[in-house]
Amino acid sequence: MRHSTFFWFVLPTASAMVLFIAFPIFSVLVQSVHAPHPVVLVEVETCTPLVGCTVETTMDQDATKAIREAEPLGRFIGLEIFFDRGHLAVKEVREIIRNSNSFNEVFSKLSNLPFYRALAFTLTFTFIVTPFVIIFGFLIAITVNAISSHLKGLVIFFSLLPFVVTQLIGALVLFWMIDSRGILGSAVQWLASDPNLSLKASTGVMWVSLIIYGIWHAAPFAFVIFYAGLQTLPQDQIEAAKIDGASRYQQTKYIIIPHLFPLITFVALIQLMDNFRVFEPIVGFNASAHAQSLSWFIFNDLGGETRQLSSAAASSVLTIIGVSILLFPVLFRTWRDFRERT
Amino acid sequence: MAVKLEKRPTSLKVLIYAFIVIWLIVAAFPFIWTVWGSFKVELDFFSISNWTNALTGERTKAEYGRPFTTTGYEGAWIENHFWRNSLNTFIICFFVVCTSLTIGTLGGYALSRSSYQYTFWLLVIALIFRAMPPITLVAGYMLPFFEWNIWGILPTTIVVLVAINQPFTLWMLHSFFQNIPKELDESAKVDGCTQFEAFRFVIIPAMWPGVITTGLFSFLLAYNDFAVTSMLLAENNRTMVPAIAAFLGTTYTEGNIMFAVAAVVSTTIPLFLLVMFFQKQIVSGLTAGAVKG
Repeated sequence: MRHSTFFWFVLPTASAMVLFIAFPIFSVLVQSVHAPHPVVLVEVETCTPLVGCTVETTMDQDATKAIREAEPLGRFIGLEIFFDRGHLAVKEVREIIRNSNSFNEVFSKLSNLPFYRALAFTLTFTFIVTPFVIIFGFLIAITVNAISSHLKGLVIFFSLLPFVVTQLIGALVLFWMIDSRGILGSAVQWLASDPNLSLKASTGVMWVSLIIYGIWHAAPFAFVIFYAGLQTLPQDQIEAAKIDGASRYQQTKYIIIPHLFPLITFVALIQLMDNFRVFEPIVGFNASAHAQSLSWFIFNDLGGETRQLSSAAASSVLTIIGVSILLFPVLFRTWRDFRERT
Repeated sequence: MAVKLEKRPTSLKVLIYAFIVIWLIVAAFPFIWTVWGSFKVELDFFSISNWTNALTGERTKAEYGRPFTTTGYEGAWIENHFWRNSLNTFIICFFVVCTSLTIGTLGGYALSRSSYQYTFWLLVIALIFRAMPPITLVAGYMLPFFEWNIWGILPTTIVVLVAINQPFTLWMLHSFFQNIPKELDESAKVDGCTQFEAFRFVIIPAMWPGVITTGLFSFLLAYNDFAVTSMLLAENNRTMVPAIAAFLGTTYTEGNIMFAVAAVVSTTIPLFLLVMFFQKQIVSGLTAGAVKG
């Protein structure tokens, strides 16, 4: 295809991506080093005869508006927001490290800082949910593959539901059941014989519930991918292994898993990226008191009456850096595949 | 496969079916439970005294004389104008799917037919964009959208969702177009067609299965989005998902959580139908991405 033809074909989609993905990333970068202008204050001296003079400080509405309109981005403050208490908290971290005796103490003190708390949850969630999704997806795939074929359609239909349904809705549906007045919540209270056990009161229970939600939501995705992979199993190799007397376990270990391995890495990479942006379940579970993620952190800054755009922008930049680190292996793999193909 | 099945020992078979049954309950029961509970009053669905109330509807009977009530749905759809939110959702989904498929097919086709190095780099950039959490982009939209006074309206959100959709759409359509033999449009070009005419008369008739699958995923992305729609739409333009989140904010205090339950069930029904009718396409779409990497 000629360069000019290619250009015209790609132009609409490329301009959409440049304007609404590349430009916002740039815009976030710029915003994160700017802060809104402070209100312009003026001192007005009012003198009344006999009483004397008083100096009042008032807001100069016009001047404030003028300077905000002249520079809508605000004033340049460099990396100040990145280092403040709400983000990387450089000063606090230095103090914690200096004043703590053990690694555990550093860790528990760090978790009082909002950014590190969000980072801790995001990373825990990502690195626990991802392997479990792969394991459960694999188990579901091999069992569905083994059942009789006229049941498969039905099983796949129900299996897809947790994945296809809106994340917020899936989270709410589970949350209402796990709620202390819901069916699962009551069951857990009954099992633990602790009538006061409640999701809303315990950070640990909340984290576990969010992780269970994450696995429940994404396991169908892994299942579908692995199930498709199982359809292309090398039957001759399996036959040969059987003749050699390989057990089911050995067949699985030496033929099925190596065959699925490229798909396992694919699911792992996609899941790492997707779990890193965990956000809707925290809203759905109303979990912000116990668990916050980086995305939730940005959402919280953006919402509400006081839109803290600069703070949200700084968190976004930090999140983008995190995504880039996770993305690196994906890019490397794509590049290697491309090199192999050409 | 049938031959293999007979060889399995009974104990293994029992184990397999037990696992499947447990998984089906885990996957489907929460939805069934919520649908059932949406026809009850709050004190039944969230029962403090006895969980069986949610099954029998004791309180619902006491209040309305029968074990089922549609007050949740009436409250959501009529009192709280949930129909307006669902209308917004369908407007957004319709335009997002149409626009993103139109510009996505053009781009995906070109990427699959050009053999220069830059196609690879374009796809890699698309992959990087795909990895960006939408909420980080939203932080970048706010200030310009306020400045230009286009915040809060449906068209802005549609354009944003189309753009966020593009990386995925491009990758998927690119791999579908690669499966359509190049010889088809090459021979059309030999016969005197321009590239666009070859695309129009030879490729378009052959591309529908891939386009329908990609369209499904675009629809799901637009329908399920929460981060973008909740941040970029004004209150009166809300779609269903942010409306449900808003219900929770107000209803926890009002004690009318059943509106939210009814709204959740109403929002799930179209997805339920979608999976029912397009199961094959959804499965093939998910796997197309995996096979191509």
